[in-house]
Amino acid sequence: MSNIGSYEERLKNFDWSIAAKELEYKDGDIINIGWYCSDRICRKGNADKVALYYKGFGGTEKKYTFNDVRLAGNTIGSLLKKTGVVNEDRVCLFMDRIPELYFSFLGILKIGAIVQPLFSAFGDESLFVRLENAQTRAIITQKKHLPKVRKIQDKLPFLEFIIVIDALDGKELKAKEIAFNLEKAVPVEDLDVFPTKAESPSVLHYTSGTTGQPKGVKHVHYSLISQYLTTKWVLDLQEHDIYWCTADPGWVTGTSYGIIGPWSLGITQCVLDSGFSAQSWYQFIEQYRITVWYSAPTAIRSLMKAGDEIIRNFDLSCLRHLASVGEPLNSEAVIWSEKNFGMPFLDTFWQTETGSIMITNYPGMKVKPGSMGKPFPGITGTVLDAKTFKPLQGSGKIGLIAFKPGWPSMMRTYWKNEEKYKEKFVNGWYLSGDRASIDNEGYFWFIGRDDDVINTGGHLVSPFEVESALLEYPAVGESAVVAKPDEINMEVVKAFVTLKPGFTPSKDLELEIMNFIRKKLSSVAMPQEIEFVDKLPKTRSGKIMRRVLHAKEWGEEIGDISSLEND
Amino acid sequence: MATMNTEEMKELVLNYVKKEYIDDDDTEITNDTPLISSGYVDSFSMVSLLVFLENKFKIKIPSSKATPEAFDTVNSIVALVNQYLQ
Repeated sequence: MSNIGSYEERLKNFDWSIAAKELEYKDGDIINIGWYCSDRICRKGNADKVALYYKGFGGTEKKYTFNDVRLAGNTIGSLLKKTGVVNEDRVCLFMDRIPELYFSFLGILKIGAIVQPLFSAFGDESLFVRLENAQTRAIITQKKHLPKVRKIQDKLPFLEFIIVIDALDGKELKAKEIAFNLEKAVPVEDLDVFPTKAESPSVLHYTSGTTGQPKGVKHVHYSLISQYLTTKWVLDLQEHDIYWCTADPGWVTGTSYGIIGPWSLGITQCVLDSGFSAQSWYQFIEQYRITVWYSAPTAIRSLMKAGDEIIRNFDLSCLRHLASVGEPLNSEAVIWSEKNFGMPFLDTFWQTETGSIMITNYPGMKVKPGSMGKPFPGITGTVLDAKTFKPLQGSGKIGLIAFKPGWPSMMRTYWKNEEKYKEKFVNGWYLSGDRASIDNEGYFWFIGRDDDVINTGGHLVSPFEVESALLEYPAVGESAVVAKPDEINMEVVKAFVTLKPGFTPSKDLELEIMNFIRKKLSSVAMPQEIEFVDKLPKTRSGKIMRRVLHAKEWGEEIGDISSLEND
Repeated sequence: MATMNTEEMKELVLNYVKKEYIDDDDTEITNDTPLISSGYVDSFSMVSLLVFLENKFKIKIPSSKATPEAFDTVNSIVALVNQYLQ
């Protein structure tokens, strides 16, 4: 029996108080995600239950109980307090997927500070703009990532503490840098958990838009209500499950469903901190007897590419429930997983801004391969006419995916950018920026984004950010960045570049520009292809027409080009 | 390039990987170090490594052959390159 039971029944008389009641939370109470994910689980008698199985580079394996997690969170929280970090200070996590990342996440929340998780593959420029925007006061990182922090720290006057969790000793460290080793630290048994309330800020995730710099999406501790219930009903986590969320906590999936959801339910989860290979992933599932697996279409397509034969080398009979997030899950992947694992991957749709799953397929509900599924109980979702912003009537019409505001994990603002936040709401609807249609049974069908943001392997990349970085390369005159179709990642970044006089296109120059962007922004933002052109399509007013280049890449109709500049 | 032997090729690739993909100078990388499965080079960065190999050795490696397994160590990369040099 699944946790949700009947979706149709759950829709009747749904109220978020279902989650509040299970979490023993009442309006006005203290609500602290760090406490709920560790102390509360211990108090409920699960202190000795395994919270985390970790496997890292070179096969390093570690195991932590919920009590270990509680103590580690306390110890890191205590360290931060001693250094001077106070509630609502922003503390950045800039680490690989090592256990300290997960424990620090809880420790920061426990002292009332705001966690700012950032993907450790970010280059120094990507790191800088996010730390500068958040006025981050402390960063917890590893020695291997320290060079990137050192490169920018002089430009960050608010950054006072750089905690290095694997420095051998303090001698190799510079000013502001603090050596910390969790295994050698004296565990802190009791930590005064900061009395955060429902609207106290908790997590600050950065997301990319079409224009401007990345935006900090502010979430609050009350988001737990949504994250807890969606984890329970959609991912169907049950007491004896062993759960694996493959997402990095640098992205929202890795925190909402890679930390908060499973641990607030007291579920054992696994983390594999290594690069992708079909062999190592299947081996990991077999070794830890993983039962519930939450992954991404890009990974699923990579597994499909590795072939069906390799699957037969492993005993994957432990798997009982599969789900996917990050980009549309194509029907072929659903059918492939049914054939090879005996069950489909269920697509889930949500965003950094929504904080939790919004539209999805449920255990026990009929799956239509390629469909996004239906809105979560308590979520009012629709598609809006792009001009009137009114719900479209009748099935099959393509419109903007929108939700009625007010679910518990909805973002509360964009950090220091209230104007952009307000732009997300029209006629009383939250605009997701994605397009879909709804069929006659209420299933949503994804069409694409409503803007130029590139979704590559589930990561959003701003063309503006890449174009701005490209202009800093000495040979680049102008650039336009668009999505290009890709078999595995759905889309990848492609740059069209004009060169300044005196520079000549070459494969070596293409490589130099690629590496420049990779180091400055991230590997995700690195153009996978650079096409040198003599000029870019522009309007008469001089604005680059990305859509013309996009249409060319996707073999689509270019559409109205009446405003295109003539020679 | 035609005169470069396998050991020289490995040294060239190893130095490139160290220079471009490893931030921490203390990280020890050898010809056997797993690059992809250890996360030193991710799937997105593999493309720039592929472009480097194609430029440097004047070869064309089909995308179907540029797999995480083939790119996982300097040894396997050079073995792949050698297939297309002949």
